[in-house]
Amino acid sequence: MTMPADQTQIEVPFTLNGSEIVVRVEPSERLLDTLRYHLAMTGTKEGCGEGECGACTVNMNGLPVNSCLVPTYQARGAEIETIESVQHGSVHPLHSTGATQCGACTPGVVMSAMWLLKNRDKLDTHTVRELMAGNLCRCTGYDGIVNGVESALGLGSDE
Amino acid sequence: MPTSVSEAVSMLDTSRGKALPIAGGTDLLAYWPERLDARDKTYLDLSGVDELCGHTWTDDELIMRARTTFWEIVCDQRATAEMRLLVEAARTVGAIQIQTRGTWGGNIVNASPAADGVLALMALDATLELTGVEGTEEVQLDEFYLGYKQMKRREDQLLTRIRIPRRAYTFQSFTKIGTRKAQAITKVGLAIAKSDSGWRIAANSMAPTVKRCPDLERMLEDETPIRNPTDFLPAIRADVSPIDDIRSTAAYREHVMARVLFHELAPLCPWVGAKSKSE
Repeated sequence: MTMPADQTQIEVPFTLNGSEIVVRVEPSERLLDTLRYHLAMTGTKEGCGEGECGACTVNMNGLPVNSCLVPTYQARGAEIETIESVQHGSVHPLHSTGATQCGACTPGVVMSAMWLLKNRDKLDTHTVRELMAGNLCRCTGYDGIVNGVESALGLGSDE
Repeated sequence: MPTSVSEAVSMLDTSRGKALPIAGGTDLLAYWPERLDARDKTYLDLSGVDELCGHTWTDDELIMRARTTFWEIVCDQRATAEMRLLVEAARTVGAIQIQTRGTWGGNIVNASPAADGVLALMALDATLELTGVEGTEEVQLDEFYLGYKQMKRREDQLLTRIRIPRRAYTFQSFTKIGTRKAQAITKVGLAIAKSDSGWRIAANSMAPTVKRCPDLERMLEDETPIRNPTDFLPAIRADVSPIDDIRSTAAYREHVMARVLFHELAPLCPWVGAKSKSE
């Protein structure tokens, strides 16, 4: 069974922020659109829509992905975590270092930062800057973001 | 949606080339918002074919199945120790959000002249396995591309495995010149490797395909004295054919490639650099 886009909708079961759900979508629907327009989870933002900016970052099976580049059907059986899963208050280090201004990139930045906090071992081979490089920000000049993540990791001098 | 290679291959055969295999989707979905025809194509989804996942090390080869992601290789310490080129290439592909989805197989069959993964694989003498309804065929990666986006993959064939010989490398260097470090398409890319099988040099964004550079390789084998970067230009012009495009110009690309070669090789090769006593 190959899938022309005009075919009828397909059912896709997956886990979203810990809850099992099933969506019915067009084969060509992107995970980003399923989240925003089918499930009203509008925390995840669309920036470029082509995998450059990282505004739509979500976790898929524990790894950060651009949800604009994931066809929803490929999420079947997957565990998806969005910005809505993040606890209020846990982003304090980002607030306190000027890591956010207009806010368009912030949900993606927070998802990448949270992933990094849970995967500190990656700092043996990577810098914070490299691991955050998939999230473009046109306001802060990045230093605020990097400082905020380092401070949350307990690496910064400011906390 | 197929769950095995044999099922996927028979679907490809039945579709007579109309179905486009899709793995991580990082190249294909980038076009969906603006090109409606891209959404309307027929895709053969490989995300349920577990046979195409993962990589293994044998005594003499690294075998990557086609859906092996860049991130998997980034996280493999043995790859870092033995085939640094692969890890360095993978780390320059987009950023982590692309590396976790993008696959080595997809990088090869998307056939971009700027493919960074292909560049490293070519310098490491990778062999491809193409599986069709009639069986599996092997093609050397450096003979796989025939022209811009043209390759020796028949429409009924699926790229299933990538095999890389394990060799004792004395030198590996990967250079990507782009507008910025992450999320950038290569303007000039160069991979250099030296083992007891000799020198390998491959370049990307310098020709209609990623390409090996036999003239440059021969210069290194012969230890031809190189006093300054411009001495590389005749061989560069024989090996590659860069163009002017939105990212750069042909002249810039040639000169940068020459300087990168000089910069990378001078510390290693006594016959490259001002200290060369050729006269």
